[in-house]
Amino acid sequence: MGFLSLDGLTKLYGDVAAVSDVHLSVAKGEFISLLGPSGCGKTTTLQMIAGLVEPTSGRIMLDGRDITHEKPDRRGLGIVFQSYALFPHMTVAQNVSFGLEMRKVPRAERDARVKQALVLVQLAALADRYPRQLSGGQRQRVAVARALVIDPPVLLLDEPLSNLDAKLREEMQFELRGIQQRIGTTTIMVTHDQGEALSMSDRVVVMEQGRIMQVDAPYRLYESPATPFISSFVGKMNRLPGVWGRSGFESNGRVLPCNGAGLTEGASAVLAIRPEKITLTSSGAGVLDGRVKARFFLGSAWFFTLETDAGLIGVSLPNAGEEPPREGDPVGLDWSKSSAKAAKPEGAQPA
Amino acid sequence: MHRNGPIALLFHTLVVGFVLAPLVVICLVAFTPANTLTLPTTHVSLRWFAAVFDHPDFVASFFNSLWVAATAATIAVVLAVAAGLALDRYDFRGRAALNALFLSPLMIPHLVLGVALLRLFALIGATGSLVWLTAGHIVVVTPYVLRLVLAALSGLDRSAEQAAVTLGASGWIVFRRITVPMILPGITGGWLLAFINSFDELTMSIFITSPATVTLPVRMYMYATESIDPMMAAVSALMIAVTAAAMLLLDRIFGLDKILVGQG
Amino acid sequence: MNSARASTTPWLLAAPGALLFTALVLVPLGLTLILSFHVYDAASGVKDETTLAHYIATLSDGYFLNIFWRTLRLAALTTLICALIGAPEAYILSRMREPWRSIFLLAIIGPLLVSVVVRAFGWSMLLGPTGLVNEAFRAFGPGTVKILYTETAIVIALVHVMLPFMVIPVWTSLQKLDPMVEAAAWTLGASRFTALRRVVLPQVTMGILSGSLVVFGLSASAFAIPALLGGRRLKMAATLVYDEYMHELNWPLGAAIAILVLIINLVIMLAYQRVVEARARRTLG
Ligand SMILES: Nc1ncnc2c1ncn2[C@@H]1O[C@H](COP(=O)(O)OP(=O)(O)O)[C@@H](O)[C@H]1O
Ligand SMILES: [Mg+2]
Repeated sequence: MGFLSLDGLTKLYGDVAAVSDVHLSVAKGEFISLLGPSGCGKTTTLQMIAGLVEPTSGRIMLDGRDITHEKPDRRGLGIVFQSYALFPHMTVAQNVSFGLEMRKVPRAERDARVKQALVLVQLAALADRYPRQLSGGQRQRVAVARALVIDPPVLLLDEPLSNLDAKLREEMQFELRGIQQRIGTTTIMVTHDQGEALSMSDRVVVMEQGRIMQVDAPYRLYESPATPFISSFVGKMNRLPGVWGRSGFESNGRVLPCNGAGLTEGASAVLAIRPEKITLTSSGAGVLDGRVKARFFLGSAWFFTLETDAGLIGVSLPNAGEEPPREGDPVGLDWSKSSAKAAKPEGAQPA
Repeated sequence: MHRNGPIALLFHTLVVGFVLAPLVVICLVAFTPANTLTLPTTHVSLRWFAAVFDHPDFVASFFNSLWVAATAATIAVVLAVAAGLALDRYDFRGRAALNALFLSPLMIPHLVLGVALLRLFALIGATGSLVWLTAGHIVVVTPYVLRLVLAALSGLDRSAEQAAVTLGASGWIVFRRITVPMILPGITGGWLLAFINSFDELTMSIFITSPATVTLPVRMYMYATESIDPMMAAVSALMIAVTAAAMLLLDRIFGLDKILVGQG
Repeated sequence: MNSARASTTPWLLAAPGALLFTALVLVPLGLTLILSFHVYDAASGVKDETTLAHYIATLSDGYFLNIFWRTLRLAALTTLICALIGAPEAYILSRMREPWRSIFLLAIIGPLLVSVVVRAFGWSMLLGPTGLVNEAFRAFGPGTVKILYTETAIVIALVHVMLPFMVIPVWTSLQKLDPMVEAAAWTLGASRFTALRRVVLPQVTMGILSGSLVVFGLSASAFAIPALLGGRRLKMAATLVYDEYMHELNWPLGAAIAILVLIINLVIMLAYQRVVEARARRTLG
């Protein structure tokens, strides 16, 4: 049994299940991300843990205590809202101090802890500013400090970085993770950004339409996604249609290297391979030939769309500092057998 | 932004002149040294302002108005905040009807309200009391406050309240420490608007005041129907000054254009 | 709004206000309606018998009909003039630069907050036989003209009081208009006049309409202006009610007229709500 566990948690709005039958066990000190497309029930799950939404059924246990029906002001969890929800009429210090006041912490200790929390998020110098005088990133840090200062057993973050611009978002990812590792608070973060989920978490929970689809470490989630939906939601994935022949996966009569399991001979199949697992060689030297249809420069990498006999294939190459093939150039594609997987096509019934 | 042509500006000047003319004339005539309603030509005099304070009935009416307006505005704010929370936060049967009831005084001519209240007060023997007069004023000004409070509540980020709850604040503390401060501009603006509307109210009050509870606009009306001398101008100038002061305050707090435009 | 659990909380919150409004709005209106059906006798006052006589008298007697006709006529005239002045003025204001725009907007709608008695008194000074207007007339032309205590004086002052109620909705609908829309029409080859007529005017029509309803409703029940600028003889509906109550002491008759004024006003206000809703639908849809 974990530190925090959700047991068959379900929320119905009318007949619609926003969250259905969610089971999850979170270990102490773990950083968990709830990842999924908009509307899949992430916020609802988080708010049920926080006590802001009453579950229709199921149980929430925290440190061996059933908190399913405990009032939100008694749970003592720290929450960072998507909008930050700072109190606009209070200074940074007053915002952070509010939770301690509610706990009747004596003045001197309160001031010390507020200061400590602000140092943690590098805002000690701005203690007397009002939220409207802060930048987006600074507000975000105030929200984090306000949630952490009460020493919550669990920190809940709802899309904490989605209101920041791209550059700041990247910086804050590392900073948030750094803070969390330093103080070791069990953390659950909601996000629809797979990059964020992968880079920050110990484990990622992928949700779709109110259900959990997979719970795994970021690396394993990426390498062995449980469903085609996850494989294309987490990172990019090429899917090539073909059949499972005697010598393996065949597309247009050409055999392509891959692993396949549970496929019967003669059945149609789909080969899945990530763009960065493919390398480019000269035409004829790879497992497949193609022609550059378009190329995009991404700074650290190049992304190619290639026309091949097996269909359009996306390929990502690290930027090696040299000009790669141009549009129209013939190229060869190569990959190792272990980096591609063949499976039944989407929608086919599992055997 | 395209500019206005000369014809447009001439038109605009005439309109502004038309709008301001009576107020400007009052403020000028108030300083006349003469016994008649004439513009001060040779020098300005404060004699008519002094004359106001020699009329105990005007002074009494001024304090009546002040008391009625301040009390009515304050009680209206309390009623409107409570009702506003109910209307904004809850979905219940009768919500629409309740909303219509609270806004109904905006649709009923003050004349009709005055006549109706006169009948009620006559039946229950409530005439001649400042308390009942104030109650009538509360009814008239509450809708103005309610509209501003509702606008403030609907613009409020509820997650700030949720954040306070998760930090350990109970319902009442959330209300006092978070909700009220966040809608404070709406509350203050509503109070001032209510105060001004009550302080200026004539048509309803004229039916339900008694000699002891005559408010300033009613006193001025009665005075103006009998005799007209520059003292009326002095009193009017004082009223304009009070209104202008409240207006400036309102503008500071809320942006007057927002309040008035929202009102239409 | 959240659909919080069905509870008594909203009722408890709304109860004080609801009770006050019931006691001081609904009950008095009901009492007045009843009163309007009571027989009145000059010698003995209000009697317990009921009658329709007051309504019949009000709607058939030439004296009353004359006053009603004047009320409707002056209210309509006021509305028309307000639209002719207010709509262009709002348009001109919307094309001004800051800070002038805010300053003049306040100058135009700020007087809304000045007591109507004060404004009526200001006009009676301006329009009186020795007022500034007549002094100008004497200096430049027609000589002394009787304006005070005429319908002209009433309309002038009513327009003054009602103008903000026209400027505000037109201003609001102009604010919703993208300023570039008009420029876009020019770039498509429309003349300034065509752009104004085909692009701007349709947008503000709803504003003018809702402003007109408010102005008409308020003018038709205005009291202070006709009382102070119309004199004893030029009565309008509101001053008539006042006289019946305060001078004739015929409360039932006054009540009947007040009820009629209320009904006309409610009809107008309902029309107003329709307009506002239609506008909301149009801007959303
Ligand atoms: N208060 C509510 N009433 C009705 N439906 C709701 C409510 N809150 C959320 N939902 C629905 O529940 C689903 C999940 O919402 P949410 O948890 O906010 O998704 P996410 O945070 O993953 O984007 C959505 O389909 C949403 O429309
Ligand atoms: Mg969400």
